[in-house]
Amino acid sequence: MSETDTDIPEVTAVSGSGVPVRGNDIDTDQIIPARFMKVVTFDGLGEFAFFDQRFDSATPEESRDGDGGAVDENDDPKDHPFNDERFQDSSVMVVNANFGCGSSREHAPQALMRWGIDAIVGESFAEIFAGNCLALGIPTVTADHETVTDLQEWVETHPDEEIEVDVEAETVTYGETTVDVTVDDAQRKALVDGVWDTTALMKSNAQAVRETAQSLPYVSLDD
Amino acid sequence: MSEGTLYDKVWDEHAVTELPTGQTQLFVGLHLIHEVTSPQAFGMLRERDMEVAYPELTHATVDHIVPTADQSRPYADDAAEEMMSELERNVRDAGIQFSDPTSGDQGIVHVIGPEQGLTQPGTTIVCGDSHTSTHGAFGALAFGIGTSQIRDVLATGCVAMEKQKVRKIEVTGELGDGVEAKDVILEIIRRLGTDGGVGYVYEYAGEAVENLDMEGRMSICNMSIEGGARAGYVNPDETTYEWLKETDAFADDPEKFERLKPYWESVRSDEDAEYDDVVTIDGSELEPVVTWGTTPGQGVGVTEPIPTPEDLPADKRETARQAQEHMRVEPGETMEGYEIDVAFLGSCTNARLADLRRAARLVKGREVHPDVRALVVPGSQRVQSAAEADGLDEIFEAAGFEWRNAGCSMCLGMNDDQLEGDEASASSSNRNFVGRQGSKDGRTVLMNPRMVAAAAINGEVTDVREMKEVTVA
Repeated sequence: MSETDTDIPEVTAVSGSGVPVRGNDIDTDQIIPARFMKVVTFDGLGEFAFFDQRFDSATPEESRDGDGGAVDENDDPKDHPFNDERFQDSSVMVVNANFGCGSSREHAPQALMRWGIDAIVGESFAEIFAGNCLALGIPTVTADHETVTDLQEWVETHPDEEIEVDVEAETVTYGETTVDVTVDDAQRKALVDGVWDTTALMKSNAQAVRETAQSLPYVSLDD
Repeated sequence: MSEGTLYDKVWDEHAVTELPTGQTQLFVGLHLIHEVTSPQAFGMLRERDMEVAYPELTHATVDHIVPTADQSRPYADDAAEEMMSELERNVRDAGIQFSDPTSGDQGIVHVIGPEQGLTQPGTTIVCGDSHTSTHGAFGALAFGIGTSQIRDVLATGCVAMEKQKVRKIEVTGELGDGVEAKDVILEIIRRLGTDGGVGYVYEYAGEAVENLDMEGRMSICNMSIEGGARAGYVNPDETTYEWLKETDAFADDPEKFERLKPYWESVRSDEDAEYDDVVTIDGSELEPVVTWGTTPGQGVGVTEPIPTPEDLPADKRETARQAQEHMRVEPGETMEGYEIDVAFLGSCTNARLADLRRAARLVKGREVHPDVRALVVPGSQRVQSAAEADGLDEIFEAAGFEWRNAGCSMCLGMNDDQLEGDEASASSSNRNFVGRQGSKDGRTVLMNPRMVAAAAINGEVTDVREMKEVTVA
């Protein structure tokens, strides 16, 4: 299948039950510690999401069965929403301010996505993290502190109930409540129109790219 | 909207077209790659049956996982060996130049770009690494990207980006004795916050910045991302050009240098450029800054009291409480005297020759505290050999430091160099996040490289201004 045939789904809305992950400045080292990035694919990263907040074991060797396989389920689970049985099927994560700050590692949203997260509602996001989410088709929508904490509290008491993140309408609906949220313009267009995978889009402008390159005094192309 | 800044000009020069999303398709003049964030991108390319569009504008190195002690192949760590082999295969198949350890040019990606002259004013530079902002020190527009974007750049030579706002940060006056570029950027992040730069590019200006050498400017731009700004830059000037002249790109080609210089001059921000925001900081008031917490914004002057969480803005209190518990520090006390177990002199922030020289002046004739494990990890093989030619290795080793090979090392603990248990580290790196240096209970105190040397000697955080130094070559 050539790239132009790749089917990029439109993401107009995402629904699912919620999982609250509280705290400001949750960095990508917390989302996925660097030692779990010694891999050449993103497969299987879901088990390592928030690993150090969820387990006591320090090394991948200790935290695995010893065969590089799945995490031992008896591995000292700690008090974290991702360990909480009520949230195991959740797909809408609700976070606070500056979520995803730090490193550019796409391993962070990849781990969250592979754990089951399809959309994130938060007070604010670090820029590279939000961009990485967009590249995976995961909306990162924002609302003020009060709106987000209200939603987090609701999720705690309604772990099985559905939240709808409407990207197109810029609203989040839970229970009887609908609140306005903000979706970055380019993100909304990209998701709603299904153009968030930019490779094919940009490749179709190859001739214009070459012309730009040739116009730059410092660029020398091999041709 | 900003107008007439370096950012505006470089953006316009590289804008290919507008995408249906409203984003700009931006041409990338230099794509730097390393072993951690690129293998999946090459995998995606193979899945889509695509080739690398501009291998000649792509340059690779290995830095994150490379062992800094025994580098013989295969690496003792199977996972590290697999990542290295994968990178070797990818660069060979695509015909990408690779500064590998056998070349003598290997090192941290943000050290080797500038030293080889790959990093130039007026260029766009991306890398799957958030500290790519470092290259902005040369007046380049440089920023970190994720792996899907690496795929984009490999396949098309471009990234899809939204234009950002520009904040000018003017650091006036002269920096005091013992105060370095690292202290300036820690102070900026402390004042503007770890998310203050989201949506902005930072232009660093003012007398205190202009007077810095290139190494200092790189330290500042390097940590832009810790303040939330994806990119930061300094306008190119004679200091920039003097550095460039000596690099591989221009040392044997003075004509090329003269040909490009007018372009470099043309991208400087205009005198009457318009900014979205301007912040002024009096550089003469600063003292060495150290962190007391677990974000780079939780910093304090070395003689200042650690803040009481209740005195901080409401949204900072809980993070501060948790940080103080993790670090085991008390509000009202100073960081001076905080006991450390490890001293790490390295990373893309502070492991260039000038950093090591400054630290060596302090170390010469002294000894590392008996309870401290201290290591120097040069930023690149070239830094390492230049330092060895100066005899810096002997000074450090005589004092009790380990002298290692180049790599990212204990900045993020992806190789064997890691904190153990609840060890406290005086570190010249850029992140004090919980778990960052390889142990989830480890405690990191960020500071400038001379402060790291001082802490190594005294076994505790020390005000470097109270220590005499000696002259070394």
